[in-house]
Amino acid sequence: MKITQGTFSFLPDLTDEQIAKQVDYALAQHWAISVEYTDDPHPRNTYWEMWGMPMFDLKDAAGVLQEVRACRKANPDCYIKLNGFDSTRGFETMRMSFMVHRPKVEAKYKLRRDEDAGRLIRYTLERA
Amino acid sequence: MTETFDLHAELRDSGVTEVLDELDRDLVGLVPVKTRIREIASLLVVDRARAALGVEGSKPSLHMCFTGNPGTGKTTVAMRMATILHRLGHVRKGHLVAVTRDDLVGQYIGHTAPKTKEVLKRAMGGVLFIDEAYYLHRPENERDYGQEAIEILMQVMENQRDDLVVIFAGYKDRMDTFFRSNPGLGSRVAHNIDFPDYSVEELEVIAGKMVAGLGLKLSDRAAQALTEYLKLRIRQPNFSNARSVRNALDRARLRQARRLLEVGRVDANMLVTLEADDFLASRVFAAANA
Amino acid sequence: MVKAADRYKAGVLKYREMGYWVPGYEPKETDVIAVFRITPQEGVDPEEAAAAVAGESSTATWTVVWTDRLTACENYRAKAYEVQPVPGIEGQYFAWIAYDLDLFEEGSIANLTASIIGNVFSFKPLKAARLEDMRFPAAYVKTYKGPPTGIVVERERLDKYGRPLLGATIKPKLGLSGKNYGRVVYEALVGGLDFTKDDENINSQPFMHWRDRFSFCMEAVQKAQAASGEVKGHYLNITAGTMEELYRRAEFAKQLGSCIVMVDLVIGWTAIQSMSNWCRDNDMILHMHRAGHGTYTRQKNHGVSFRVIAKWLRLAGCDHLHAGTAVGKLEGDPMTVQGYYNVCRDSYTKKDLPRGIFFDQDWAGLRKVMPVASGGIHAGQMHQLLDLFGDDVVLQFGGGTIGHPMGIQAGAVANRVALETMVLARNEFRDIANEGPEILATAAKTCKPLEAALKTWKDVSFNYTSTDTSDFLPQVSVA
Repeated sequence: MKITQGTFSFLPDLTDEQIAKQVDYALAQHWAISVEYTDDPHPRNTYWEMWGMPMFDLKDAAGVLQEVRACRKANPDCYIKLNGFDSTRGFETMRMSFMVHRPKVEAKYKLRRDEDAGRLIRYTLERA
Repeated sequence: MTETFDLHAELRDSGVTEVLDELDRDLVGLVPVKTRIREIASLLVVDRARAALGVEGSKPSLHMCFTGNPGTGKTTVAMRMATILHRLGHVRKGHLVAVTRDDLVGQYIGHTAPKTKEVLKRAMGGVLFIDEAYYLHRPENERDYGQEAIEILMQVMENQRDDLVVIFAGYKDRMDTFFRSNPGLGSRVAHNIDFPDYSVEELEVIAGKMVAGLGLKLSDRAAQALTEYLKLRIRQPNFSNARSVRNALDRARLRQARRLLEVGRVDANMLVTLEADDFLASRVFAAANA
Repeated sequence: MVKAADRYKAGVLKYREMGYWVPGYEPKETDVIAVFRITPQEGVDPEEAAAAVAGESSTATWTVVWTDRLTACENYRAKAYEVQPVPGIEGQYFAWIAYDLDLFEEGSIANLTASIIGNVFSFKPLKAARLEDMRFPAAYVKTYKGPPTGIVVERERLDKYGRPLLGATIKPKLGLSGKNYGRVVYEALVGGLDFTKDDENINSQPFMHWRDRFSFCMEAVQKAQAASGEVKGHYLNITAGTMEELYRRAEFAKQLGSCIVMVDLVIGWTAIQSMSNWCRDNDMILHMHRAGHGTYTRQKNHGVSFRVIAKWLRLAGCDHLHAGTAVGKLEGDPMTVQGYYNVCRDSYTKKDLPRGIFFDQDWAGLRKVMPVASGGIHAGQMHQLLDLFGDDVVLQFGGGTIGHPMGIQAGAVANRVALETMVLARNEFRDIANEGPEILATAAKTCKPLEAALKTWKDVSFNYTSTDTSDFLPQVSVA
C-alpha cells in the first residue's frame, strides 16, 4: 500500500500538466508555493526539507515546474510535495499540499506494540 | 470544405485593435515603432489563424531589442507589447518584469545563477524587459559575473520560448557592440526596433499633453518660449526626450510659484497659466546666448 | 376558558412603561444584543411583547418594588429598542434587545443562557418566541478561550490540507461489541477515511463497555495509520453521567494515544466548557455532537435557532460541530446551513439576512470551528457538498461507507476517490455544480468501488420542504 499523504494520493500520479493547473489555482488565490522533499514520510514528520525558498510573487506555473523538475533530478528517491501557503488573517497556514514525486519503492511502516500495565499497549510506528 | 478565419475579427475580439489604437493615441510620433508593432500583431494573428485551421507551423520567436535615447518611450511600448502578446495568446499571463544588470548579476561566486533564475521565474508567463542590457557584459573586469547571467538568458530564450519573451533596451551603438561580443544572444533576437528622437514639433505635442495633464495651460507667448527652449535644449548634451520636457515643465512650475508669490493676490486664471518668463529664465537660454 | 385578550387586559403590566421599551436606543459597543422572533398573544401589542421579553430576561419586575431604588436600575434593565414585523408572516415580529455587559459573568455560557433564555420562553403574553441571533461584543468574546484546537491547528496536526476531511459514523448505531466495532473502524480508516465516529448514544452499555471500545478502536486506528502513513482518528465518545466519569474516560483516551474525543451537547454547558479546557491542556481535538438540538432549533416560530447554539459552542470551545448537510436526511436548507457554517468559520461574520445572520460579529481572534456534515449523504453528492461548503468541513458518510455493496474498505475508497477527483476538478476551475455528475462518472470508470456506490445510491435524495428558511428569500427546498 502506498503512503497516501497529500490531497490527491488516491488518484493516479498527477502529470506535469495537471500539476501546473493546481499551481495556477494556488497563484489565483495569491498563495505562496513551496517545494519540499523527504526520505522519511512518517506521519508525524512535519518538517520536510525545503527545496529553495518559498516562491512569493509568481504569476505563472512554469517557474514552479522548473523547480519541481530540478528537485526530482536531485532527489529521485525521495517523496516530493508541493505546498500552497495562505498568509491572510484567519489562516496563515498551508491551504494546499500534494505529492509531485514518489520514490520507486514506497516506504513501509510497521506497528510496534509494547505491552504496558494491564491490557494497555504502547504503539510506535517504525520504518519497516 | 474551406473553413475561413476572419483576421480582422480576431484582432478586434481579442482586444488587440483597441490596444493598437490606444498606442496611436497616447504616444506621439514613433511612426516606425508603431508600424513594426502592427506588423508583429499581424504576424501573431496570422499564426493564430494557422493554428485554428490546422495548418502546421512553428511558433515564431519574439525576443526583441529596443534601441534609442532615453525618454523615447521604450519602457511604455514594452508594457503595451506585453498586453498585445497576451491578448493574442503568445504569452500566458502578460505581465512585465523590468530589470537592469544589478537585478540579474551577483556580487560573488555562485550568487548570479540563483539571482537570475529568481528573476526569470517571476517573469515566466510574461515579458522580461532588460534595460541597458549591455552592462551585463563587462569584459574589462575579470571578476565580473555578468557572463553567467548571459548564458542563462540565452538558454531560456532558446528553450523556453513558450514561457517567456525577452526585450533588451538601450543606446543603439552600445547595444550593437554588446551583440557583436555576444553573437549567440544577438542571433536570438528576432526584432530590432529603433526609437528615433522626437522632433521639436512632436515634443511640443508631448508638452501640450503633459501641461493639460497637470491641469494647466500655456499663454501664447509661453508656448513660443517653450518652442525656443526645446530647439536649444535638443542640441545640448544628455537630452532625454520626453523626460527632458517633463523636467522643463516642473522647473517652469517652480518659477511660476515664485512669480505668483511676489504678486501676492492671485485669481484662478493666473494659477493655471504658465507665462513666458517661467521658461525664459532657464539656464538653457543663458548658455545659448553666451 | 376565557378569551386570552380579556384574561390579560386587567393584569397586563405595561413593561413598556417600566423602561424596558426604549425605541431608538443606540446599542453600545459593549452591549450584548439579541434578536427574538416573537408571536404575541391576541390583544398584546408587539412593543409591549418585546418589552416583556426584555424585562423577563433581565431585571423582571412586574410591579414597582422599592428595592429597585437601591440599584442603578436603568443600567440593569434590558432595552428592547426596535420591533419589525416579519415579512410575510401575520402576527410575528422581530424584536431587538440590548443587554448591558454588567449582566453577565465572564466566560460562562451557563450564565449567558440562564439570563437570555432562562425565563422568557414560558411567558404567557407570548404564544411563541424564538431566539434568532445574538451579537457578542468583543469585550465579551475575549472572556472565552474558544475552540481548544481550531481548524488551522487541526489541519497542521493531521498534516492534511486542501480538501474536506472524511469521516463515518459506525453503524449499526447500537449493539456491536468492542472487537467488532473496532473491525469497522479499521476497515473504514484503512480504506481511506480520515476519521470514524462513535454515535451520540454510544456511551457505555451492556453490549459494549467504554473501555473495550476505546482499546479496540485505538488498535484499529494505529493499524490504519501504519498501513497508510497518514494520521487517522476515531472520535471516542466520552459522554458520561457525571463529570468525574467524563474526566476518567477522557484520560483513558489520552493514554491510548487518541488525537480526538467526542462529547454530546446534552452533557450541558458547564461540562462542555470544562471539557474544552481539558482538551486544550491535553492537546486533544474536541468533537461536538449536537445531540438533542432539534428540540430547540427545528421550529421556526419557537425555540433557539441553531446559529445561536453554534455561536455559544464556539465561545464555549469545541473544534468540530455538526452543522448540517443541506442535501442529506436531516433538516436544513442550503442558505440557512451556510449561515451556520459561516458562524463557525469566519474571523468576522458579516450580516447576511438571506443566510439568517442578523448581525456583524467580530470573533476577536477566537479560533475557528470545523463544521461537520453528517446524515444521509453519499458519494454521488460530492459535487454539491464541495460547492456548498468548500474545504474546511468534515464530510461524514456513515451509511454511505458501511453500506457499500463491495464492503467497507470499498465504501471508503469510493468516497475518497470521489472527493479527490472533485477537488482536482474544482481547482482546474471546472463548474463542479453542473459538471459534477459527469466528473464522478468519468472517475468511476477507473474505480470500481465508486462505480458501485454511484449505482447503488443514484436515486437517493431527501426532498422535503424545509421548516426553517430565511424570511428574506422565497422558500426553496433542495434536490
